[in-house]
Amino acid sequence: MKIRIKFTKTGPIRYIGHLDVMRYFQKLNRRADIDVKYSAGFSPHQIMSFAAPLGVGLESYGEYVDIEVNTTISSKDAIEALNAASVEGITVTGYVKLNDSAPNAMSCVVAADYKVKIKDNYKPAASNIKEAFEEFLRQSSIVVEKATKKSVMEVDLRPLIFDAYMDDNGDFFMKLSTGSAQNLKPELVMDAFYKYLGEEMNEFALNITRLEVYGQNITKDDSGNIINTEIIPLEKFGEIIE
Amino acid sequence: MTNLALTDEILMSIDKPARYIGQEVNMVKKDLNTVDVRFAMCFPDVYEIAMSHLGIQILYDMFNNMEGVYCERVYSPWTDLDEIMRKDNIPLFTLETQSPVKDMDFLGITIQYEMCYTNILQILDLSNIALLASDRAEDDPIVIGGGPCTYNPEPIADFFDIFYMGEGETQYQALIDLYRKNKANNCSRNDFLLAAAKLPGMYVPKFYDVDYNEDGTIKSFMPNTEGVPTTVTKELVMDLSDTVYPEKPLVPYIKATQDRVVLEIQRGCIRGCRFCQAGMIYRPVRERSIEFLKDKAIKMLKNTGHEEISLSSLSSSDYSKLPELMDFLIEELKGKGVNISLPSLRVDAFSLDVMSKVQDIKKSSLTFAPEAGSQRMRNVINKGLTVEDILNGCSLAFNGGWNKVKLYFMLGLPTETEEDMKAIAELSELVAEKYYEIPKSERNGKVMVTASSSFFIPKPFTPLQWAPMCSKDEFQRRAYVVNDRMKEMLNRKSLKYNYHDPDVSIIEGLLARGDRKISKVIMKVYEKGGIYDAWGEYFNYDRWLEALDEANIDLDFYTTRQRNLDEIFPWDFINTGVTKEFLKREWNNAMNEQVSPNCKMKCQGCGATMFKGGICFEDKN
Ligand code: SF4
Repeated sequence: MKIRIKFTKTGPIRYIGHLDVMRYFQKLNRRADIDVKYSAGFSPHQIMSFAAPLGVGLESYGEYVDIEVNTTISSKDAIEALNAASVEGITVTGYVKLNDSAPNAMSCVVAADYKVKIKDNYKPAASNIKEAFEEFLRQSSIVVEKATKKSVMEVDLRPLIFDAYMDDNGDFFMKLSTGSAQNLKPELVMDAFYKYLGEEMNEFALNITRLEVYGQNITKDDSGNIINTEIIPLEKFGEIIE
Repeated sequence: MTNLALTDEILMSIDKPARYIGQEVNMVKKDLNTVDVRFAMCFPDVYEIAMSHLGIQILYDMFNNMEGVYCERVYSPWTDLDEIMRKDNIPLFTLETQSPVKDMDFLGITIQYEMCYTNILQILDLSNIALLASDRAEDDPIVIGGGPCTYNPEPIADFFDIFYMGEGETQYQALIDLYRKNKANNCSRNDFLLAAAKLPGMYVPKFYDVDYNEDGTIKSFMPNTEGVPTTVTKELVMDLSDTVYPEKPLVPYIKATQDRVVLEIQRGCIRGCRFCQAGMIYRPVRERSIEFLKDKAIKMLKNTGHEEISLSSLSSSDYSKLPELMDFLIEELKGKGVNISLPSLRVDAFSLDVMSKVQDIKKSSLTFAPEAGSQRMRNVINKGLTVEDILNGCSLAFNGGWNKVKLYFMLGLPTETEEDMKAIAELSELVAEKYYEIPKSERNGKVMVTASSSFFIPKPFTPLQWAPMCSKDEFQRRAYVVNDRMKEMLNRKSLKYNYHDPDVSIIEGLLARGDRKISKVIMKVYEKGGIYDAWGEYFNYDRWLEALDEANIDLDFYTTRQRNLDEIFPWDFINTGVTKEFLKREWNNAMNEQVSPNCKMKCQGCGATMFKGGICFEDKN
C-alpha cells in the first residue's frame, strides 16, 4: 500500500541536506511504529520517494515523501504518532493513501509555490519595488544565462513563472515550474529581477519558503483518452484513511 | 524556536552546517530558570566522530537526569568554520542552547586519543578560556578531563583544572554538589579545586609538584598542599546492571561514524594482552546482566529508529551469555529491517553460525587480530591466538562461503627479529593456502587476504610500558621487510599489505608516555596552526619536530629510550588497581616469552581485587 506523507521543514532544521532528510524519515517511521515495507536481503531498506528535493537553507510547508506500508492505521492516528516521534521543525501535516497505480511523488511534480523574503540588509536600492516587479513580469520574455557543466545556456524564465506578485509587506509569492523536466528556482527569478533593476543580488539576500508542491493529475476515460488535466497539490492525489 | 549562534550567511558557506545546529532527536531541552549548574560536554573532534561516542551519550543522559543540571554538547568546529570563527571573533557555543561555552560552569572534555590534544587547545581558545589552567579567571568554566588518555594526564596537565580518573558514572554528583556548596559559601575557584582534589578519583594537577633528575627522569612527584592525596585511585562502577545507561540516545541528522544503537555488554577484558592499555585500565571485567541488555536494546531501537544495533566490548566472545543474547536479538528483530553487527568476535563455529545469520557472507570479511606473525612474538605479547586457531577458523569460514580475510598486526614489538617480521607475510600466505585447499569447484572465487600493520606504541599501565619504541626509520625499514617478504609468497596475488604512517605513531608515542614538559610542545604546535592532528590531511610531522626543537625537548628520550625498571613514571601516582609489581612480573614474562593465563583460567593477582567485584570474584571455588 502506498502512502503519501506531507511535512514541514522549518527553523534550524532547514540546514539539513536532502539525503539526511531521507535518513531522518527512515528512522522516524520506525520510531512511530509505521508498518513500513522492507526490501528483501541482508540490508533491508524502506522503499521511499521524495518529491522535488529542497535545497539546504530553504524552509518548507509542503514537503512530500511516498512510502510503502504493509498495513496502516488511520491518517489522524498516523499523523499523531509521527509527530510524537518527530522534532521541532519537521511536522507531519498529511498522511494519505494513494492508488496503487498513482505515479510516485518524484515523477508527477510540475509546480511549486514559494514565498521569498528579502533580508533587511539586502533589499534593492530602487523605490517602487512592487510596481517594478509587476513591470518585470509583464515582459514577454526574461532571458538569463544559466551555466551548466559544459557551457553557458540562455534560458527564458518567463514561461516557467506561472504566477508571481509582491504583497504589501514586501514579500514575494511565486508559482514556478518544478520537477525533472523544467525546474525553476525562486532565487533565479529574484536574481533576474535585481538585474532588471540594474542591481546585483547578494547570494545570501533571500529567505525562501516553499509553501506547496503540485502535481499534474490526468483523468482518462475508459478507452484511455485524456479527458481532463489539472494541477493539484500532491496531497490531493490520495485519500484520507479513516 | 532556538536562535542559532551562527548566521545564515555562515551556515550557508560552510560544509555540513547540520554539525552546528543541534536540535537532534532526543536532544534534551531544559528551562534555564530551573538550572543552576551548566555542564558543557566536549569531544574534541568533528561532529560525526564525536556523536559516535558511547561514553558521551552515557554521561549526557546521566547529567541531564540530575536535578538542576543541564548538560549540553560542544564539538570541534571543522577547519572551515574554525577559520571563520577566528576571523569574526565568534565564541565557541554549545549545540543545545547555542550559548557561549564560557557561560558554562564546567567544560568536560573526553580525551580518547593522544592525537586530539591540539584540538583541546582549539576548543579552549575558541571559547575564550585561557589555555593554561593557571591563567584562568574566577568565573571561567572549570575545565575537567576524562577518558582513557587521562591514565597519563601529564602532557596535558597544564591545560586542565581537574582530571576525573575512571568511569564517569560514580563521582559527578558529588563533584557538582561540592560546586554548589562552594558557590553558596562564596568560596573561590581555588577553594573548590582543593576540595575537589580530596574527592575519590579527582586529580587536580596544580596541587602536585614534579621534580626531575639530571637525566630528565622524574625524581619525585608529590602533593604540594596539605590534605591532597599522594595517589589517585580510578573510579569504577561495580554493578553495571544497576547504573545509568541511555534509553534515548541522540540521533544525529548527518551520518555519524556509528549510525547505530550501541549496546555495551561488558567492560574490561580478561585476556591480558601485554600491549593493550584498555585491557589493563578497565580491570576487572564486569558483565551487564542479560535482562538489562535485552531491555535496553529494545528501548533504544524504539527510541532512535536506528536500523542497526552493535554489541560493544573489548572481546565480545568472552561475554558469558552471548549465545542467549544473540538468539534473543535475532528473534526479536526478525522482519523489522534491523541489522545486527558484531565487532570483536573470535572466529569459531559459534560466531560463524551467528554471522551467517546476520550478515551477507559475500560482502563481509573475517577479521583476526594475531597482532604478531610468529608464535614466539605472540608469546611475548601474551596474545593467546595460535596459527591453528586462525587456520581452523579460516577453514570453517572458507567452507561456509567466506573469501575475504583481514589480519591485524603490530610491527616494532620488543625483541622483534627479522624472522618475526617475515612471519607476518608467511602467516598471511598460510591463510591463502588454506583457501586453495578447497576443491576448485567448491570455491567461491579468489581469496583476498589483507594484512595491516600498525606500529607498536608502548602505553602507560601496560606490561610493555618499559619498552623502547622504534625510530621512524626503523619502523619504515620493518614495514619494507614485511612488504618484500609478501612479494615472495606463492599466493602474493591474493595478499595485500597495508601499514600505518610511522610519523603519526612517533608523535603518538611521545604524547602517550610524555611528562609535564611536553605541554610546551603541544602549545607550540597549536600556536603554529596545528589542529586536527588525528586527521592525516592536517597532521604535520615537521611542525611537531620544529616545536620539539624550540622547546628543547629530545624526542628520543620519550620514544626510543629503554626505561629502567625502577624509573618513576609520570603516571605512577594513579592507582588503576593493577599494581606495578604485576606489570613488572608481566614484563619479565614477556622477556622470557612466557604466556600468562587469562582471568577466567587462573587469576594472576594483578591487584584489581581491590575493587571487590567483577571477574575476580566469579567462578572461583
Ligand atoms: S585480580 Fe585476577 S581475576 Fe581479577 S582482574 Fe586481576 S588477574 Fe583478573
